[in-house]
Amino acid sequence: MMDFSAIVPALPGLWDGLLMTLQLMVMGVLGGVVLGTLLALMRLSHNRLLATIAATYVNYFRSIPLLLVITWFYFAVPFILRWITGEDTPVGAFASCLVAFVMFEAAYFCEIVRAGIQAIPRGQMGAAQALGMSYGQTMRLIILPQAFRKMTPLLLQQSIILFQDTSLVYTVGLMDFLNAARSRGDIIGQPHEFLIFAGLVYFTISFAAAQVVKLLQKRLAV
Amino acid sequence: MISIKNVNKWYGSFQVLTDCSTEVKKGEVVVVCGPSGSGKSTLIKCVNALEPFQQGDIVVDNTSIADPRTNLPKLRSRVGMVFQHFELFPHLSISENLTIAQVKVLGRSKDEAIEKGLKLLDRVGLLAHANKHPGQLSGGQQQRVAIARALAMDPVVMLFDEPTSALDPEMVNEVLDVMVQLAQEGMTMMCVTHEMGFARKVADRVIFMDAGQIVEDCPKQAFFGDVSQRSERAQQFLAKILQH
Repeated sequence: MMDFSAIVPALPGLWDGLLMTLQLMVMGVLGGVVLGTLLALMRLSHNRLLATIAATYVNYFRSIPLLLVITWFYFAVPFILRWITGEDTPVGAFASCLVAFVMFEAAYFCEIVRAGIQAIPRGQMGAAQALGMSYGQTMRLIILPQAFRKMTPLLLQQSIILFQDTSLVYTVGLMDFLNAARSRGDIIGQPHEFLIFAGLVYFTISFAAAQVVKLLQKRLAV
Repeated sequence: MISIKNVNKWYGSFQVLTDCSTEVKKGEVVVVCGPSGSGKSTLIKCVNALEPFQQGDIVVDNTSIADPRTNLPKLRSRVGMVFQHFELFPHLSISENLTIAQVKVLGRSKDEAIEKGLKLLDRVGLLAHANKHPGQLSGGQQQRVAIARALAMDPVVMLFDEPTSALDPEMVNEVLDVMVQLAQEGMTMMCVTHEMGFARKVADRVIFMDAGQIVEDCPKQAFFGDVSQRSERAQQFLAKILQH
């Protein structure tokens, strides 16, 4: 018989795990959107070199598994830092995972942002420039605000995917929500109950967020 | 004010402008007409360097566009432009549309920009709409806001690129009225338009373009006077658009 009563005393620990998952997701999305926007501007620029660098980056990161990126950065980040600073700089699994997420997600966000920018009529660029705005001002004040409005549903959808993908950090020993649930289940000897509970939580959050996306899509379509 | 000298422009190997030369003096109103694809919109977009050209030069208020040292954004801030599809910024309110470039480009204070913007909005008869967004206005209203937005920069010259051709017929006049008023106040204007009534009323000169060339460039009286004096292509064009 399943017995879920053991979950209640474990809730504070699970809550800590959920916080770490959410923290990874929010920071990963924010960093990914910023880096992704930069990459999108590079891809759209007339400078061949910048466009090629960005395209190579995007194609590379979209062609390798996230798990590989996480593992790789776990080993690479301390090594790179030592190379830069010349001394051992402990970064910890959280920081290296965050870097991995930002760099990986940026490739996907880049394509979303690029499509968003391209969906803005060309005349908007001309109108802003005709008023004397520089390229930077045109992007910052006119094009990107409109583009982000259009792509909000897609950005949220990608964020939901990242929310689930954060569970991969168990490979480097981080106590995210899934890892917290599993390890507690193992200790108590009720792994199934804890895994079912974790699944329910993931489902509830993702499903609710997906409904929000749907609602937004409807509102933005009008 | 505007001096266009032997401008040539190619899209790849296709030549869109061939040896175009003309002048627009201070206070002059020049109407550019011609069949679609004749290069008139391209030419007017060259005047504020929205379209690059490969040969020749355009000098606007003593500033050469072909000169690589020219600060193009700065030049554009002094040249007002009104587009066929209005191009108001849909994510900003009407008053923000009128003030954003004043503040970010000219460095005016917010209060100063708002005062100027609202004054011009009043002038085009839309003061009551200051807090709406562009999508809530009709085409004619949006185009009047676009004119006010350009005027807010205190331009030395105004360029109009088919300002009425995307409008429903009943809205054309409200926009033309604003343009006529502007012309009568002495604004230097270069207008690509098919509104021959407007040309007759306020134009000093009419330029007729065909296949990327300036075919006719003459005073209004001559252009609308003895048609037999005009080139064959201009005659054909006039016959088509003046028929109705």
